[in-house]
Amino acid sequence: MKVLVPIKRVIDYNVKARVKADKTDVDLANVKMAMNPFCEIAIEEAIRLKEAGTATEVVAVTIGNKSSQEQLRTALALGADKAIHIETEEKLESLHVAKLLSKIVEQESPELVILGKQSIDSDNNQTGQMLAALTGRGQGTFASKVDVQAGTVNVTREVDGGLQTVALKLPAIVTTDLRLNEPRYASLPNIMKAKRKPLDVIAADSLGVDLAPRVQLVEVNEPEKRSGGIVVEDVATLVEKLKTEAKVI
Amino acid sequence: MKTLVIAEHDKGVLKPETNKTITAAVKLGFDVDLLLAGENLAAMSEQAASIAGVSNVLIADDAAYANQLAENLADLVLSLADNYSHIVASATTTGKNFMPRVAALLDVAQISEIIDVIDADTFKRPIYAGNAIATVKSLDSKKVITVRASSFDVAPEQAPVAVTSVAGKGSVGLSEFVSEEQTESERPELTAAPVVISGGRGMQNGENFALLNGIADKLGAAIGASRAAVDAGFVPNDMQVGQTGKIVAPDLYIAVGISGAIQHLAGMKDSKVIVAINKDPDAPIFQVADYGLVADLFDVLPELESAL
Repeated sequence: MKVLVPIKRVIDYNVKARVKADKTDVDLANVKMAMNPFCEIAIEEAIRLKEAGTATEVVAVTIGNKSSQEQLRTALALGADKAIHIETEEKLESLHVAKLLSKIVEQESPELVILGKQSIDSDNNQTGQMLAALTGRGQGTFASKVDVQAGTVNVTREVDGGLQTVALKLPAIVTTDLRLNEPRYASLPNIMKAKRKPLDVIAADSLGVDLAPRVQLVEVNEPEKRSGGIVVEDVATLVEKLKTEAKVI
Repeated sequence: MKTLVIAEHDKGVLKPETNKTITAAVKLGFDVDLLLAGENLAAMSEQAASIAGVSNVLIADDAAYANQLAENLADLVLSLADNYSHIVASATTTGKNFMPRVAALLDVAQISEIIDVIDADTFKRPIYAGNAIATVKSLDSKKVITVRASSFDVAPEQAPVAVTSVAGKGSVGLSEFVSEEQTESERPELTAAPVVISGGRGMQNGENFALLNGIADKLGAAIGASRAAVDAGFVPNDMQVGQTGKIVAPDLYIAVGISGAIQHLAGMKDSKVIVAINKDPDAPIFQVADYGLVADLFDVLPELESAL
């Protein structure tokens, strides 16, 4: 079984995003970038499926400028067999990304596509579901457990009230939640080996997808700041303040 | 121009997120129809018909929608989409699951987790874990929108409007419900509770979360947790408040032994009043707290319980 793992290069999760002075966007100049944390979990899950003998090949794919090849090399170092870079300088939306990925799904025919549930920059949480719609596949989103059987995959999903398990016909799409697994680190020998693994580059505009914007970014602002409050001496003062000043109890 | 809202419900109860999402939908400026899809909808449809701002309630009674499977629900919404300019649902795990599927099938973008409606095309939404707020304008003719319910008020009641049945479409045959594990709790739901008390890594273990019970009982509070407490295995993930967990905005939020990582603040900083209890005076949580208490939580919690 072939597993396709789309990944995204994003701001490192330890870095606090700052809004540009002209409010046109978030300032990413000279900011540390990394693989989106949910995508790391997706790669890890695919590699575990390969180690368990369920998957035969793991293909990582990303869409972005030349720098995003760094994240593909990371995926290869972690254990992916080959990588595909869909190159573009444009800032694409989830729908564009899902359409481009659907072209790769056509080419590669993976039985399973595993994606992160959302990227920590745009926080959209859309691409996996859209890819499932465009490829006519079932979707197991926010997965905390993935169990591949003959012809089906059982996915346990993190939902608001607890956990829900669904059975999807293969081929299917899975998106990862945080508790699915704990990603490994790439070892130095594997990082060296990854440099020789195949990495194909495809121009995004060669795939026949309309990449015209559907959403216009009008403005980006800092969130309203909460002004810090006061430090109280003891529990009695706290309860008193909550009753008489804040009037919330 | 007309808006379709897909109701969020569970176990025969309409979720409070639905009322708040109606408030957002009304702000778009058009008539609002509310779709209820599932089984045994009679009691809920009465409740739905009484939410102010709803013009019509549509019910699709079909076993295919009993567990809100995204593939089937998206297929149903798609069959109704021609009549609507705006399709709206709460950004719950259900809405987040099926709505992007609807958007892709309609070949339009989705605007995720809006926190404000500027006009029928323009919305505000948080990005980068709430560290920036984007104002975005949809260029598509049809808008698919999910709503961060905690940013909108509960819609008031009205005299009930008409309820109409629409044909179910059955299962599209891609997915089946297997099982669910619901967290049993007598307490209010995190996203609906007027008071939330959350524990962090400072709680040290799962047993110590019991120290929050008495306080929660007295305040009618829901109990939450930081991601650190969930990752450490103290409590289950559905208690997680934060960017990757639940977004809450209660009247009172009490953070106990929580340092205040960006990802936690993203889930609670819109609370009306925030109390922080932490023994580290430099913990970032104090920068957003209205009232801070620098003390050992194990001394303070029993004291707080008896003072209430």
